[in-house]
Amino acid sequence: MFTILGIPSQALFGQLLLGLINGSFYALLSLGLAIIFGLLNVINFAHGAQYMMGAFLTWMLLSYFGIGYWWALLLVPILVGIFGLLLERLLISRLHHLDHLYGLLLTFGLALIIQGAFRIQYGVSGLPYGIPVTLAGGQNLGFMFLPNYRLWVILLSLSVCLATWLLIEKTKLGAYLRAATENPTLVQAFGINVPRLITLTYGGGVALAALAGVMAAPIYSVNPNMGADMIITVFAVVVIGGMGSIAGSIVTGFALGLIEGLTKLLYPEASSTVIFIIMAIVLLLKPAGLFGRRV
Amino acid sequence: MKLSALLLVGLFAGAYTVAAQAEMDVKIGVLNDRSGVYADLSGEGSVIAARMAVEDFKAADKGIKVDIVSADHQNKPDVGSSIARQWYDQDGVDAIFDVPTSSVALAVSQVTREKNKIFIDSGAGAADLTGKQCSPNTVHWTYDTWALANGTGGAMVKQGGDTWFFITADYAFGHALERDTTALVEKSGGKVLGSVKHPFPGSDFSSYLLQAQASGAKVIGLANAGGDTINTIKQASEFGITQGGQKLAGLLIFITDIHALGLQVAQGLVLTEAFYWDLNDSTRAWSKRFAEKNGGKMPSMVHAGVYASVLHYLKAIEATKSKEAPVVMAKMKEIPTDDPLFGKGQVRVDGRVIHDMYLFEVKKPSESKGDWDYYKLLATIPAEEAFRPLNEGGCPLVK
Amino acid sequence: MKGYTRTFVILALLLAIGPYILYPIFLMKVLCFALFACAFNLLLGYGGLLSFGHAAYFGMASYVCAHAAKIWGWPPELCLLLGTSAAGLLGLVFGALAIRRQGIYFAMITLALAQMIYFFALQATFTGGEDGIQSVPRGNLFGVINLASDLTLYYVVAAIFLAGFLAIFRMIHSPFGQVLKAIRDNEPRMVSLGYRTSQYKLLVFVLSAVLAGLAGATKVVVFQLASLTDVHWMMSGEVILIVLVGGMGTILGPVVGAFIIVAMENYLAPLGAWVTVIQGLVFVVCVMLFRQGIVGLFERSLARLKKSPR
Repeated sequence: MFTILGIPSQALFGQLLLGLINGSFYALLSLGLAIIFGLLNVINFAHGAQYMMGAFLTWMLLSYFGIGYWWALLLVPILVGIFGLLLERLLISRLHHLDHLYGLLLTFGLALIIQGAFRIQYGVSGLPYGIPVTLAGGQNLGFMFLPNYRLWVILLSLSVCLATWLLIEKTKLGAYLRAATENPTLVQAFGINVPRLITLTYGGGVALAALAGVMAAPIYSVNPNMGADMIITVFAVVVIGGMGSIAGSIVTGFALGLIEGLTKLLYPEASSTVIFIIMAIVLLLKPAGLFGRRV
Repeated sequence: MKLSALLLVGLFAGAYTVAAQAEMDVKIGVLNDRSGVYADLSGEGSVIAARMAVEDFKAADKGIKVDIVSADHQNKPDVGSSIARQWYDQDGVDAIFDVPTSSVALAVSQVTREKNKIFIDSGAGAADLTGKQCSPNTVHWTYDTWALANGTGGAMVKQGGDTWFFITADYAFGHALERDTTALVEKSGGKVLGSVKHPFPGSDFSSYLLQAQASGAKVIGLANAGGDTINTIKQASEFGITQGGQKLAGLLIFITDIHALGLQVAQGLVLTEAFYWDLNDSTRAWSKRFAEKNGGKMPSMVHAGVYASVLHYLKAIEATKSKEAPVVMAKMKEIPTDDPLFGKGQVRVDGRVIHDMYLFEVKKPSESKGDWDYYKLLATIPAEEAFRPLNEGGCPLVK
Repeated sequence: MKGYTRTFVILALLLAIGPYILYPIFLMKVLCFALFACAFNLLLGYGGLLSFGHAAYFGMASYVCAHAAKIWGWPPELCLLLGTSAAGLLGLVFGALAIRRQGIYFAMITLALAQMIYFFALQATFTGGEDGIQSVPRGNLFGVINLASDLTLYYVVAAIFLAGFLAIFRMIHSPFGQVLKAIRDNEPRMVSLGYRTSQYKLLVFVLSAVLAGLAGATKVVVFQLASLTDVHWMMSGEVILIVLVGGMGTILGPVVGAFIIVAMENYLAPLGAWVTVIQGLVFVVCVMLFRQGIVGLFERSLARLKKSPR
């Protein structure tokens, strides 16, 4: 056993691994946020609320219909995604021609409504949701006990992030998407239905948030405030990565998980503030974020 | 434009109903958290409890007309103190009840003193309410951090849990909880090995749990509250902390939290409460009535405290035929408290209400006979030992 | 200008009779938030800069003012002055950093800096953690006017508000204000005309921070309390919403917005958990239907009325 910065290496490895796991939530959430911002130019403040809806829907499926975790993993993103499509069609699409301030305010209002509604219906103490039986237990890694479920979280998150990145960078649909981000009018002129593309993108981003919610349900308290506590941090992740940059948001999400994990060990009081310090520094040195193009 | 104008008119119409001053018109305000982390353990349930107290007292038959108003203080001291001010100044409220969240309770206590009204707290834990910041206008009913630390801290050490590690919410209330418990653990011959302070609110506590695990302490004290505690316990079970032989001690945890966690996760947790619905026949009977009105949810100790405190307040009003704060307060401190939920007790000169406290352990799922059957009683802490001795609080009212 | 004089007279009259119609403490809260919103509107509506961290100046001023009044026993006028200067100083430092970026990046830098102030307020011992600084004495203004009476205090607060409001009005209609609006509308053009736009932006940022600080310090004198709520990012969000509801870039918008939002918070409090839902609905309706805000809508319909031949 050796020590780094006065901390036994074992503890350090454990903390970094945990940080990486938290990072997978940041990565998933900021990925959705970045996709939405990239194409819609809307800062989706309702992202946290949609993440919370994902967790709640997981709980509802189990308690009202007896549908377990694995089906929830598939169904919940679809259901919440459809909810996202409706929001986009009915409300957000009407603001496309305006400054993105309005999109932010609209989604902020929506977040308040969604959170309030869940609060009235389910209270705030949170609801119990167990870890799926197949993933119970854990591995003894020598330096720490790693629950199987956490291992699953990190693997699933990594694969989803990778798949999304491939979809956007390597497929035709992704090419349309990137083109529409650059110049929607031109893409429209080529006969591609840009408004529909936008709607689908929003739905997709929301579905990612809901997926993160399903993954969170067994380990975090399922309560109406769970998203509101998270949203500002996830914003910061997107900004540091470079607004609208897909790869940037994924990498930054994981990296910030690590940094946060380290802070929790060295100076835990600052662990929720460290991200803002990094954001300020990054923005001052590299205005478009780490992976963003120049603005 | 028209719509917003109408909305405004509507808003003001509600605000200017000046209470007609009849012979015995009493107006009480239930001020608590109705949308945040403490909404389930106080919230609407406290209003139901207050209403039940008025009914059970048969106030109407005794010529006392009681009005109940309620509001959400959002756990913010500025919101709480401005509502209290407005209630006293404008709406003719005579007494305020409940008020969870220490910072808000301290603020309301100050406003109440300034306006010379009555404040009976049930939901908050700040021991300072009857200590350094005590007030002749404030009574503290249900529990405080000292009592919780004493119950859980003292008892755990006696059971052999003599080394502690704290996971503390990084705010004044968490610090107070840690400080009080540390003092008791050390007094009982235990040792504190370390502590970690986490930002509030947080969502991932596994990092702190790992640090607690590495410390090798026998007991992990959770000096946080609400969603933070729930998350900590949930993740402790995930990381197999309790299987590893360490015990979790919840320093501020309510039955509503246990309900949110489920027994599978919460089993084995040791905690202190002032009330449990399944203590005896009278608590069971009352709680059953309460649950019927509260969507099947059993009362928390805070709800019970609101019921008992409204009852005691109305008794004092009946006895003195007055609403004047000093008169009613003197009476409340003179007559012993006696109600079906807390039994017999008294209001001390510093405003502290003395009654028994209980040390519970959360049942295993196999031991539970049904919904809300969560606790088994480990020990009863008699009233005279349960709270901070009168001369140790530093309250200027104590001579 | 004539139209504005009438507006001021009406406003002053409303302020004078206000406490006889409505609860003075409620009105004082409205005035504090109105001043805060006016300061924010100066930056957003006229400078075109969206700050997401204005709570830092509001909150810092309130902590400093509360500390000076409670611990050092300073008279209220000096506390207000000290709190306001602290906010101004903070605005100078943060502004100098933030104005180097535009748009959403500007907003995010201000947010990041404000979060650091929040962290400072949470960690520093003099701020009292989540208890805040409580029971701050109101004291005697200039040593003679006792502020213990709500009515007296109300007129002092009204005077402070009116002074701030008039100051902002003067700024907007001065040559400085004209340059500012031109920068908002087309910055490259102003640069090419030889204006040092960053100096103008910094100046308006500092002025806005100073006035936000004045509002925060005044709030302490009224409520005798400084707390974490004042520095939380939700406070920064709230002031944006006030300005949006009232009407961005209009003189009276922030005042109307503050009145509506504070009234909602006050009079909807008994509804408990429904408050957030109702607030959310109001914002959605505002964004979807009257984007210029209530005052903006009113001004537009007035203009249309004047234009239409009769």
